Amino acid sequence: MSELSDLYQEVILDHNKRPRNFRTIETPDREAKGYNPLCGDKVAVYVNLEGDRIVDVSFQGAGCAISTASASVMTEALRGMTLAEAEALFQSFHKLVTEGPLALPDDIDLGKLAVFSGVHDYPARVKCASLVWHTVRAALENQNKTVTTE
Amino acid sequence: MTTSNREIVRPSRSEPFDAATLRARDFPILNQEIHGHRLVYLDNAATSQKPRAVIEAITRYYEHDNANVHRGVHTLSERATHGYETARARVQAFLGAPSVKEIIFTRGTSEAINLVASTFGHERVDTGDEVLITGLEHHSNIVPWQMLCRARGAKLTVAPIDQRGVVTPEAFAAALTEKTKLVAFSHVSNALGTINPAEQFTALARERGIPVVIDGAQAAPHLKIDVAALGCDFYAFSGHKVYGPTGIGALWGKAEHLESMPPYQGGGEMIRSVTFEETIYNTIPHKFEAGTPNIAGAIGLGAALEYVSAIGLDRIAAHEDELLQQATAAVGALPGIELKGTAPHKAGVLSFTLAAAHPHDIGTILDQRGVAVRAGHHCAQPVMEFFGVPATVRASFGLYNTSEDIEALVAGLQEVVKVFG
Ligand SMILES: Cc1ncc(COP(=O)(O)O)c(C=O)c1O
Repeated sequence: MSELSDLYQEVILDHNKRPRNFRTIETPDREAKGYNPLCGDKVAVYVNLEGDRIVDVSFQGAGCAISTASASVMTEALRGMTLAEAEALFQSFHKLVTEGPLALPDDIDLGKLAVFSGVHDYPARVKCASLVWHTVRAALENQNKTVTTE
Repeated sequence: MTTSNREIVRPSRSEPFDAATLRARDFPILNQEIHGHRLVYLDNAATSQKPRAVIEAITRYYEHDNANVHRGVHTLSERATHGYETARARVQAFLGAPSVKEIIFTRGTSEAINLVASTFGHERVDTGDEVLITGLEHHSNIVPWQMLCRARGAKLTVAPIDQRGVVTPEAFAAALTEKTKLVAFSHVSNALGTINPAEQFTALARERGIPVVIDGAQAAPHLKIDVAALGCDFYAFSGHKVYGPTGIGALWGKAEHLESMPPYQGGGEMIRSVTFEETIYNTIPHKFEAGTPNIAGAIGLGAALEYVSAIGLDRIAAHEDELLQQATAAVGALPGIELKGTAPHKAGVLSFTLAAAHPHDIGTILDQRGVAVRAGHHCAQPVMEFFGVPATVRASFGLYNTSEDIEALVAGLQEVVKVFG
């Protein structure tokens, strides 16, 4: 079993305490809500686009440290990406938390998202990290429904 | 190797109560390490661990006595029937029920409540009537009544809790109206540990001629139950919360009700004779037990009730109360802790939040230190909503917990404060 500090890395604790882009966007081009009925976590994601590029992305909601940090780091990572790049990053992140870092090809640079490498060792917490990603994906696909983990 | 020849030491009232001895001697599962730490099991309100006496009773049944009940004339069938019916008598004694015919085996509390709602409830509750519950209830004591009310065009009403997590007799009485046709409440709350004044609530309802259903899921492991003294009409509990197996529980109901109620499910066991034109139902309790029952489960439950009775529920309750006092003082003194549920009468549950950390993060950190607690809404979302939190951490105690367990909990919480502080 991994060390607790592998899960609660400094970056995660920092983003939990001071989440970035933790705000609403008044009239977003895209938005979606996510809900984890198991723990009651709720998240809302807002996106502004120029063409197929994400120019602003923010979130609101209450959750555990893993879910808050995941949302915060995600908003930083997605800003400036095209929709195709965002989808590719979603796929990589999903693999990272469900299958672990070893499942990813060597040439993939996850950047700051690598701090979530430890999540895979805590199966009960995978949904905490992935909910906001499923939510932003729904927003980008323009599905106006609430995403749930169940 | 068969386990049936192994010597099982049974507890008795004559030995002094010592949780550490019971833990080490009687509960094999607790003798393990989790992530390199001694297992500290504080999730007893979700389900309890099983003593050797229960595991052994089930093994012995399958190794020696297994057969279908109430059918064969052969020896094994007679033994299985005897074991099953002896377990029923144990439940009767455990609940203080006047007659063994009044004990119906169910899958657990949920099924017992559903049984009452869909038989007795359907006959008693009509359009415009009300069914009263309290603000403390587990989803199992909300949803079946909601379903009943929807089907009958009736209204579900709720006696509210106060900031301590208490339903006062005044609040309960005020919620009873001319239209109330049925009342259902928990004896002990699973989310907060509040002990309801069940006798008083029952008297208030009975004065008005309203039948009472009590959800005893959390009371069975902690309180001496006496349905005759309570004066209620139905009482439900689950085996797995009182050191018995999962998938078995019981409903006690007054014989006069059970006799007149329609059956719950149809099938074998519950009939006397069947033709394509007509079925004559079996006598109670068999009328309510369609199909081959959970025989091994019932026998395991009987062994569990024998086990706790041999120790004495009064001694178990006193021990758990000491642990609760210790935990309340030590956890309550940590920075940023808010206790949820501060009723003067509580049993076995400490529910709390911590300002700096979400319950799930706390649950993960404690688990890394071998401490098992529940983090979540505890199947009581309305209670969480009342306190304005999505979830709490719940530590719940059983007969095998010790002061050392509480110290491990507190040390774990100190680490949480350090990590998230
Ligand atoms: C107060 C209360 N009622 C009902 C239940 C449901 O019991 P079961 O899941 O065994 O049917 C529980 C168990 O969580 C409970 O704590």
